[in-house]
Order: sequence, then structure tokens, then C-alpha cells
Amino acid sequence: MKVFLALLLALGATSALAHKPSDSYLALRVEGAGVSGQWDIALRDLDFAIGLDENGDGDITWGEVKAHRADIAAYALARLKLRSADADCPVRSTEFLVDDHSDGAYSVMRFAGNCPAEVESIEISYSLFADLDPQHKGLLRLEHGGATRTGIFGPERATQAFELAKISALDQFLDYGREGVWHIWIGLDHILFLLSLLLPAVLALEAGRWHAIERFPPAFWDVFKIVTSFTVAHSITLSLAALGVVSLPSRLVESAIAASVVLAALNNVYPLVHGRRWMVAFAFGLIHGFGFASVLRDLGLPEGALLVALVGFNLGVEAGQLAIVSAFLPAAYALRASWFYRRLVFIGGSLVIVLVAGIWLIERAFNIKVITP
Amino acid sequence: MTTDWLCALTLGLICGAAHAAPYVPKDDAQILERLPVRPGDPIARQLRRLRAALATDPRNLGTALELAERYFELAGAEGDPRYVGYAQAALGPWWNVPDPPLEARVMRAILKQYSHDFSGAMRDLEAATREDPSDALAWSWRAAIDMVEADYAAARADCEVLKRIAGELDAVGCVTHLDATTGKAAAAYRVLSGVLARNPATSPEVKVWVLTRLAEMSLRQRNTRQAEEHFRAALALGVRDQFLLGAWADFLLDRGRPAEVVPLLREWVRSDILLLRLALAEKALDAKEAKEHIRALKERFQAAALRGDKLHQQEEARFNLYLLGDKEKALALARENWKLQREPRDARVLLEAALAEKNPAAAQPALEWLERSGHEDPYLRGLAAKLKALKS
Repeated sequence: MKVFLALLLALGATSALAHKPSDSYLALRVEGAGVSGQWDIALRDLDFAIGLDENGDGDITWGEVKAHRADIAAYALARLKLRSADADCPVRSTEFLVDDHSDGAYSVMRFAGNCPAEVESIEISYSLFADLDPQHKGLLRLEHGGATRTGIFGPERATQAFELAKISALDQFLDYGREGVWHIWIGLDHILFLLSLLLPAVLALEAGRWHAIERFPPAFWDVFKIVTSFTVAHSITLSLAALGVVSLPSRLVESAIAASVVLAALNNVYPLVHGRRWMVAFAFGLIHGFGFASVLRDLGLPEGALLVALVGFNLGVEAGQLAIVSAFLPAAYALRASWFYRRLVFIGGSLVIVLVAGIWLIERAFNIKVITP
Repeated sequence: MTTDWLCALTLGLICGAAHAAPYVPKDDAQILERLPVRPGDPIARQLRRLRAALATDPRNLGTALELAERYFELAGAEGDPRYVGYAQAALGPWWNVPDPPLEARVMRAILKQYSHDFSGAMRDLEAATREDPSDALAWSWRAAIDMVEADYAAARADCEVLKRIAGELDAVGCVTHLDATTGKAAAAYRVLSGVLARNPATSPEVKVWVLTRLAEMSLRQRNTRQAEEHFRAALALGVRDQFLLGAWADFLLDRGRPAEVVPLLREWVRSDILLLRLALAEKALDAKEAKEHIRALKERFQAAALRGDKLHQQEEARFNLYLLGDKEKALALARENWKLQREPRDARVLLEAALAEKNPAAAQPALEWLERSGHEDPYLRGLAAKLKALKS
């Protein structure tokens, strides 16, 4: 042993470790009896454990990782045991990707499986790299019913059990309701469609020219009819699509939504339909419902609480919509006679919407990116 | 796509936090990761041979110790805690037993202190020096830990033992490191540089250590030019040493020379402590890479927090103070760090953070340390004077 060297270097060598240590990131989602997850493991660690660098050049390429996909899955999943009610919940890998973390590249394995019965508590045994690197830690994120918990696994804490709170129907309802509100807020295309139909509500078309209407009630009822028919229409298709009765290709749906925005806004500049805009809202609302359904599908629908989730989500969408309308209508009514509203907001705004939605339409229909933010 | 638009419309306010999503690379030849030790390296070959030998005979203490030592050296050179884990794995059969063989116990202590388990390490070292009072390695690690904990009386006793049982350079290295920390930098400098001159055959690694210490001692005596000469001489030896690079980068940053730091550390982004210095330099230069590096550091500190690590609180404090401008958090981290580690650089970040927060009371432990140790560093003394002025 190089005692001489080690002696001096001891002094001042503490806290020399300047790197991020070895961690893996395990995200686990429990739903009913189903478990699914994603496991990010550093390629460096996998190389040390099972050897990825086939040609020994010190570089790990995607080709080398891909060739070892099955080995990685077998090695890792053999070191993760999920149990519920004294029975195993076997999982298998479903997808294989890579990601860059702050300290290098990681293999990303997605997996899924089932426990024998609905999971009320889950026991996780983690022994990845325990024999090779006792300093390795597994960082767990456990999601269940909208709640997230975390855990740290290491050799001294290799098995941990998590009680999963029973989620009440109300919680689930509110959860999906929140998602609904959020998705109408970030769903710019739905907002623009609605606004295009609402903009003329405080104006009246006479002899081909727009005038400010004189009383509030007609504006209110106009808006009421439009919003209601939009809501009824998208509720119908959202339900049908979410329940799997009807399904349309998402490219078609997304393109049609963009087209609906273009047409609705264009109608303000070159009026074709005025008095019966609620019918336009209904017709295109059917298309928008399919769009909402794809969001809901991405969220994942809970087994056994399908209806609760569906109604919650839909009501969330309505609530978000109502918030937009109640901010819009008083402002529009107050400003309706001004040049600012009639020229800039109404005509100018409609033209901008036509332009934006036109770009969406091209992007979605031809699957290209015109503008990359 | 709609969210993309929203990103654009809100100038990325909503989407800035989004992490790049996992992806499937398009090209098989795409290089995802470069291994720090190439498989063809002599070190890698030796490690493979030892691992294979240990796999067939895991209770062979000689093989286990040799492998642990190789990994331990690699940990020091690369600064990667993985190697400490690998070394620990090699010592597996002896890791949790109450009475391991002497050499295994010393190695275990060394690995424990790397994870900042100073008390656990000290227990093993005390047991080891009881068993063999002439184990110079165990005594030098005792000195190292006593220095980190600022227990200078104990460190002096350790150095005294080393004088009897270790070589000249080791014993002198111990004493002068202690003296230079406790207000006798000039004398320590004379002694240490004399010993180096008398031992020209010293290995480059040890020379780097000595030259770095000589540079620090020069700074404590306000001799900037001489410090720079020592740093340059150490760098010229071509040894990969993160300590040297960190100390030299700090020297340059303190003297308003960030432009020299960037090329020096550009290749060291994997190392947290060196990436911190690189980001500080880039920020001083208004370089565009600064933003990316600050983000990377933030992620690493978050990952460490997730893991429950407190190994880098000193660096994290500095990061918060100078790169995020979060003085309050910086001070909290610096105070927390001081409870575990009390070396001059730990004092420095505590004094700086307390000064930034105009909270001299928080700096009290570091001010007391400065008084008690008699540490001479003019910069630290300047900080202390400013804090005292705040108090009155």
C-alpha cells in the first residue's frame, strides 16, 4: 500500500467528493390493482454492473444500450419487488428510452403490471446495485390518487411499505375537476374558438355593418345560448370518446379544431352566420369534445370511478369556461361602442385569431412545425 | 402544440420548469455517455483483474484491501463517490462487524469519513491506533479529521505521534498544515519548503499537495506573487487534482481574473465543486454558458437534497450566495455546514453569507474560531472586521 502517498493526502482530503453520487429515479403509479412506472438508471452504473460498452472504446452509444435493452430490464426488474397483500405484483418493461440528468445519461425504462387485487398498501423491496455500490440510493416517487409520496431506498432501508389512503369519490371528482379547469385554461385553441363566437355578442349586424347593441339582456342571452350549446355538444362527444364508443384519429380532430377556430374568427370579419351562432357553437363543439377526450385519455381514467372522473372533468371544463366568459362579457359590453372594441378588438383580434389558428391548421394537418417557440 | 404556443405567449414563464422529456435517440452511433475510465486503461485492466479475483474469493482480505485502495485512489482523483461505494462493497464482509482486522478497520474509517461520518470514522481510527500505535496511516487520518473539526489540540497530538513513526515529509506536512491554519504561516512555510527542497524524489502527487499548501501559506502572508508561482509549479506537474484546480480557480476569482478560470475548468463540468467555480467565472464574464451551468448546479443540489445528502453544504451556500442571490438560504446552509466542518473555507462562506445578510450574530462561531485559532488569512480577517463594525 502506498502509505506515504495516502498519509499526506489525508490532510485536507475530506469533502473531496465533488460528484453527484449514484442514484436511480423510480416513479411508481398505483391505480386500482394496476401498477405502472418509470425507472431512470444511470448508464455508467449499468455499464459497471452488466457491461454496456461492447467495443471497449469508453463511449456508450445508443446502439450499445439498445442491444442490451433486455439485459437491463432483466437485471433491474430482478432487483425491484412489488408486493401487495402478501402477493407479488409482477411487472414487465413496456418502453425503453434515454434521458439526460444533471450528471449524465440515464436509461429510462417504463414498466407496468398488476397486483392480484386492488392495492391498499404496497411493499417495495429495492436492491439495485446493493452488492456493487452500497452508497447507491433509489429515489422513489409514489403516486396514488393524485397524491405523491417520496422515499429513499438504500441497503439499510431496502424494503419499505406504503399505506395507500383510500381515495374518496369526492377527492377524485375534485381532482379531475381541477384538471378540467386547467385544460381549458391552457387549451388556447378552445379559448380562441369561444372568444371568436363571443366577440360579436355585444354588436348587432345591420345592413352589413356592425353596431353596438343598446341593451345588455340580448347580449347575455346570446352568450348564454352559445356557451350552453358548445357545452352540450362537447359533453356528448367527450363522453362518447372517453367511454370508447367513438374514436377519431387525433390528427383529424386537432386539425378540425384548428379549422373551427379559423372559420369562427373569419365569420366576424366576413359575416355569414350571425343570428344562429349557437348552432355553429354546437356543431364545432362536437369536434372540441374529442379534443378534451384525448386530454382525459392522457390523464388516465381510474377504473371503477369512470363516471366520477368524467363528470368531474367536464364540470371543470365548464367552470373554466364560465370564468373566461364572466371576465369577457362585462368588459366587452362596457367597451362595445368604442373604436377600440369595434375595430381593434373585434376585427383586429379576429384577424389575429385567423392567423394563429391558420398556422395551427397547417401544422396539424401536415404534421410540421411552422413556428417553434 | 397548444402548450408550445402558450410557452411562446407567456415568454416561457409557465414552461421554464419543464424538464426535457425522455427520448429515443435517432442514431445508433449517438454517444450517450463517456466513461471516465476507458476499459483499455491499465487502471481499468487492473480493477477488472482484482474484481474477478475477489468474485471467486470474496473473503480474501488482501485482494479486498487492494481493490478498495485502488477505488479509493480513483475516488480522490475523479472526485466520484461511486468509487467509495465500490470500495465499500469490496470490504463488504468486514463492513458491519464489530472487530474487523486492523487494515480493514482503517480502510473502513477512511471510507466513512468520505461520507462525512466523522464520528464513526474516528471510533474506528481510535480502535485501530489502540491496536497498533505505530499505524501511521490511521494517525494521519485522525489528524485530518481533527483538523476538519478544528480540534487543534488533538491534531497537534496526532502530528507529534507521526513525528516518531512516519517519514519526515509526512510529519512535517502534518505540523505545518496545523501551524499554517493556527497563525504561524510564515514559520510553517519556511519549514515545509525546506523539506520539499531536501526531498527532490518526492512523487508528483505529494509535490502537488505540498505546493498547494505552500501557495495557501503564501496567501496567508499576503504574498500573492509567490502563491501564484507555487500554483503554477503544481499545475506544471500534470497531476489530475481537483483540490489544486479548485484552489487555483478561487485564487483567480478572488483576484478578478475569471477569464483564466474558464479554459481551465471547461472540461470539469462533472465535478460539482469545479462546476461551481466555472459558473462563478462565467457569471463574472457575463458568458452565455453561465445560465446553463447554474441550472445544472441547481439540479444537482436538488438531487442531493432528494437523497438526503449534506455533503456539499459549503458549496451550496456559495452557490446560493453568489449565483442565485439567495442570501438567507446561503446563510442557513453555511451555518449548518459549520456544525460539521470547520476549515478556513467553511469559515469564509459563513462570514461572507453573514455579511451579505448583515447578521453578525450568525457569524459568531466563525468569528470565535478566528480568534481562537489565530488564523491569519487577511481576507477572512477583513470580513471579520466588517462584521464587527456592523455589530457596534
